[in-house]
Amino acid sequence: MIPVDLGHVEALERALQVGADLAGHYGAEVHYVSVTGTAPSKIAHSPEEFREKLNRFAAAEAEARSIASTHAHTVISHDPSVDMDHQLCEAMDEIGADLVVMGSHIPHWYEFGSHGGKLAAHAHCSVMIVRDDTR
Amino acid sequence: MTDDPDNQGIPAPEGATEIIETDYTIGQDNVEGTLGPIGFDIHNPVFMISGITIVAFVFYTLALPEQAGDVFSWLFAQVTQGFDWFFLGAANIFVLFCLFLVVTPWGSVRLGGAEATPDYSYIGWFAMLFAAGMGIGLMFYGVSEPMSHFSTSLGGVSVGEDGVRTDWAPLGAAVGDQEAAIRLGMAATIFHWGLHPWAIYAVVALALALFSFNKGLPLTIRSAFYPILGDRVWGWWGHVIDTLAVFATLFGLATSLGFGATQANAGLNHLFGIPIGNTTEVILISVITAVALISVVRGLDGGVKILSEINMGLAFLLLAFTLIAGPTIAIMTGFADYLMAYIQNLTALSNPVGREDVNFSQGWTSFYWAWWISWSPFVGMFIARVSRGRTVREFVICVLLIPSLVSVLWMSVFGGVAIQQVVQDGYTAAQDADLPLQLFLMLEELPLASITSFIGIILVIVFFVTSSDSGSLVIDTITAGGKVDAPVPQRVFWCIFEGAVAIVLLLSAGGLASLQSMVISTGLPFTIVLLIMCWCILRGLMSEKRG
Repeated sequence: MIPVDLGHVEALERALQVGADLAGHYGAEVHYVSVTGTAPSKIAHSPEEFREKLNRFAAAEAEARSIASTHAHTVISHDPSVDMDHQLCEAMDEIGADLVVMGSHIPHWYEFGSHGGKLAAHAHCSVMIVRDDTR
Repeated sequence: MTDDPDNQGIPAPEGATEIIETDYTIGQDNVEGTLGPIGFDIHNPVFMISGITIVAFVFYTLALPEQAGDVFSWLFAQVTQGFDWFFLGAANIFVLFCLFLVVTPWGSVRLGGAEATPDYSYIGWFAMLFAAGMGIGLMFYGVSEPMSHFSTSLGGVSVGEDGVRTDWAPLGAAVGDQEAAIRLGMAATIFHWGLHPWAIYAVVALALALFSFNKGLPLTIRSAFYPILGDRVWGWWGHVIDTLAVFATLFGLATSLGFGATQANAGLNHLFGIPIGNTTEVILISVITAVALISVVRGLDGGVKILSEINMGLAFLLLAFTLIAGPTIAIMTGFADYLMAYIQNLTALSNPVGREDVNFSQGWTSFYWAWWISWSPFVGMFIARVSRGRTVREFVICVLLIPSLVSVLWMSVFGGVAIQQVVQDGYTAAQDADLPLQLFLMLEELPLASITSFIGIILVIVFFVTSSDSGSLVIDTITAGGKVDAPVPQRVFWCIFEGAVAIVLLLSAGGLASLQSMVISTGLPFTIVLLIMCWCILRGLMSEKRG
């Protein structure tokens, strides 16, 4: 499972590549998960549109990185900034992920860094934090 | 089934909503960055200008208290007295517009698109509507207002030398006729807390919800103006509208918080002998802000909603207890009677022209309408945020009609019991006391007074918390350009800032009163905003797919 912030995809480059490589090596499926609010955002005008964009992202990733099987999961949250950790954990259980590959260092590193930490603390599966060292 | 954003032509008929195509991307005016470990994401002009203007006004009030007091009270008088016809007329339009939407086919349009499902259950939704919109007012004015209108009605009409009435009774009063005075008093109270204020909130909430969830525009006040201003709404027109909204919300909340602390202090003094003074009040504001902080950090579901539900539960407990412990039969029959009185007097009470009861229509009604309208950006936006998935018809019924009924019930019970205490038992202590104590003095005559009064204090405090936390979320969203996922430290900032402004104003002599006058005066420009919103809602609904 790879949590994705569609607004900062460039910063996730390394995590995405690592995830793709691991999937190829273990013959695993990649599930992209993203959390969105119900109000319009920078990425999409509505949660439905967001879902479409994430689906297209998953398909594009499959092609670009030669991943055998990708899926997209959009999680709709009433208060994304606050509920994100909890909902990522829930998504993990729902998907039944064996490994979460999480990018660290997105411009609001204060948030995402701690998201990774919280996820690692509460996850039932392995969590790999991939640092983006292109700072 | 979604809109394809790449299709520039007529959207497909299966499209869930009619997204407005505009080049504006949410967050394009935002400044993102980090201040040490803290991330921020703010809308450049609105955040800065709001912040600076707020600080400037606070300084002005502190530096020149007398002048500020004079200027603001003059402004307030001009607005509520000079424009009373405008406020009354506009509020009538809002009520009629909302009722019109219920019966037209546009009522079937669903907020968020045809496939959307409601974000919250009815209970959670109602709890949040009430806690944001009206909770505190109902606690204090629930007892005092019915008694006030009752006694002024009983006192009858008195005319000054210039032929202008000097009494404060509603309409033609009801001199010497106790039954009629009670009915008139209750009708006048219900009028102020019934259809009209909720219609004001409903209009704003509907406009914001429609243009955000259906049209895909940012969740800010300016978005509702897109049909009229087009893309200019992203420039200075929009900045002014949003800044004014933030301004009115923050000062509205800060002054309420300040006054609330005084009122809670009076209650605590009466119940527990806690000393009345600035120290206690500053502590109260700090406690309220601290709890509100915990709530905003826990977010909408984990904080605001839970507190609102707790409060609604406690409020109904108090209501039920008062009904049962008080003159139950009288109140139950009273409820139907007062509702009838409200309906019968509605046209006269809402008449904007030729009013003889000038003190009542200007000093009460016009004042209230201006106040509700100045709060409407805040309450409206909050209601919009939690109303996705409802149809317009459901929305109007649940935001307009049901809360009005609840207000009728509330006033009937609390006001009714208080009036019965005066009329039947000759108990006038509540009537003669200061506003914040009236609720507690009324409860004292009923059994288990110490428990009910304690619950009353908790309710008052938690209602302030729920106003503060929802207000912080709203201000945060507007100053982040409509983003609901701005970094959490930002909403923490606004919550603390609001508490700080409240404390500063509290400590300045007359600061609270003069700034509250100023906030209510913002009701005038906002009335124009709301009238335009009605038109924009219609335009917006006309292009939506129904049901």
